[in-house]
Amino acid sequence: MPKNYAIVAKGLKKSYKKLEVLKGIDLRVEQGTILALLGPNGAGKTTTVKILSTLLAADDGQVTIHGYDLHKEPDGVRSVIGLTGQYAAVDEYLTGRENLEMMGRLYRLSQADAKRRSEELLQQFDLIDAAGRSVKTYSGGMRRRLDLAISLIAAPPIIFLDEPTTGLDPRSRIAMWEIIKQLVGAGATILLTTQYLDEADLLADKIAVIDGGKVIAEGTADELKQHVGNERLELTIAKGSNFQKAQKVVDGEALQVDSKRRLLSIAMTGGVKHLQEILNKLQAAGIEVDGLSLHKPTLDDVFLQLTGHQATKDDVAEEDKK
Amino acid sequence: MAEQTLQAGSIQPEKHSAAYWVFSDSWVLIKRSLTHIIKSLDQLLSVVLQPIMFMLLFRYVFGGAIDTGPTSYVNFLVAGILVQTAAFGATTTALGVANDMQRGIIDRFRSLPMLSSAVLTGHVVSDLVRNTISTIIMILVALAVGFSPNADPLEWLMVFGILLLFTFAISWLSAILGLLAKSVEAVQWFSFIAIFPLTFASSAFVPAETMHPVLRGFAENQPVTHTIEAIRALLVGTPIGNHGWIAIAWALGIIAITIPLATWLFRRHTTR
Ligand SMILES: Nc1ncnc2c1ncn2[C@@H]1O[C@H](COP(=O)(O)OP(=O)(O)O)[C@@H](O)[C@H]1O
Ligand SMILES: [Mg+2]
Repeated sequence: MPKNYAIVAKGLKKSYKKLEVLKGIDLRVEQGTILALLGPNGAGKTTTVKILSTLLAADDGQVTIHGYDLHKEPDGVRSVIGLTGQYAAVDEYLTGRENLEMMGRLYRLSQADAKRRSEELLQQFDLIDAAGRSVKTYSGGMRRRLDLAISLIAAPPIIFLDEPTTGLDPRSRIAMWEIIKQLVGAGATILLTTQYLDEADLLADKIAVIDGGKVIAEGTADELKQHVGNERLELTIAKGSNFQKAQKVVDGEALQVDSKRRLLSIAMTGGVKHLQEILNKLQAAGIEVDGLSLHKPTLDDVFLQLTGHQATKDDVAEEDKK
Repeated sequence: MAEQTLQAGSIQPEKHSAAYWVFSDSWVLIKRSLTHIIKSLDQLLSVVLQPIMFMLLFRYVFGGAIDTGPTSYVNFLVAGILVQTAAFGATTTALGVANDMQRGIIDRFRSLPMLSSAVLTGHVVSDLVRNTISTIIMILVALAVGFSPNADPLEWLMVFGILLLFTFAISWLSAILGLLAKSVEAVQWFSFIAIFPLTFASSAFVPAETMHPVLRGFAENQPVTHTIEAIRALLVGTPIGNHGWIAIAWALGIIAITIPLATWLFRRHTTR
């Protein structure tokens, strides 16, 4: 049976002056599923979302959303999408309720529908007590919730969420995850971007890893984990042995080297036989191993393997400034 | 209930003609900008307090020192202050537009199936409302400190008409400023240095004849002076000459250029 894709993007390119920000992005999101666009700061996530949500014109490439051609029918696209950008897009002076009702009308709902939906969403997002206050007085978490509520006012079948949990405290973060799960449960198709590997792992049906304006890997979380082997072997080299030498012995196989803690981690590709080989090689070189453990690979490992650099959490903190 | 609230595609938009939506979108955004006047202390003060202060200060500080011939200073002054306040009031659009463009909210509007340039209309029209309120307050204060107009109802109507047309023109000019500016602070600074010379190098507070010849040449021929002279003539019966027509022509000319230019800049700015 042919799959039903809600979002199809082919060869998206975008440059700012000489800076090539997107170098040909291909994406497909099946209807009723979540695709996570996972990548570090500056990878091109926001640029991609802006193009898909009609805010930015791509230099090249084709996009179809819910059957509408992005280039030829932008208004059609706008009528089926909801966008929650990286920074809350709310009117500071209006109250939460006024914001919702205004956006409802601009989404072309009838006055009655806009009112009804606003109340439902205020309730749903735990904003009913603050509904009559200016948004200026809202906390970061409340703003995010209101922002998301606004993008849902017309119950759009396709939702874009650009880093929906960046800058949220852990409790709000979990609440946001619950909402996102409910949304797909209720039939929406979601494209979300994130720098958090655990978030993509937890929420997404499919993950597209993006770095430097290119999709460098795509698949389910499990498929991506296969990239780094089924399991990861972590070896602690004994104090008495030469760590540099140990590193040479496993030559190129090490995913991660931590000389301070004398740790070597290696992707296990050949099962027990592989493990035996490594240990034999080390023994032959006269290197003593203090500790040995096997780990299920995380997306962190995938990321490291694919990009050659760690997905730094420090970048995230920098983004938090409003 | 949760399930139903979030159910995708559970709600349908209304069906209307394109023209209906132009008006509907504009009206929604005009209401938004009007709400800003009430909700922001800044704006409320500039709408109500500033005109009162200006009127009283000029009346009592300069009142004795400036010779305005047969017309009393307060009678001379009112037209000038009305136009100056209208000009400053109209720069609120620049701030509002710059604010919207620099914050994420413009992206929200642009991701909706709406006419997003209605954002500009919202700011411009709310300037008209704001300036009408300020004008009425100023005239009441002026009457209390000795202003004695001899305008008949038709002339009063024309005064408001010219003021609104002038405000409309300056507001669209401000919209362009708001679209071009890189920051909200730059807008504040720029509207200050644009409006101050235009309103002070005019016949707003002193007769142009008393100025240095070079300045006088500028003051007598710039649009603000024509607008002030037309309003002054209508209010207190000074000779109107061609000022009325020239003021209206200037305003219409500015509007004819600024509306398409602002709309074009808006589109360009938002599709980078
Ligand atoms: N308006 C712009 N002008 C110039 N460069 C930009 C602009 N917007 C984004 N960039 C650059 O494009 C790259 C990708 O940005 P972005 O899509 O925001 O990344 P992400 O959302 O993944 O952090 C970055 O290097 C960023 O500096
Ligand atoms: Mg981003």
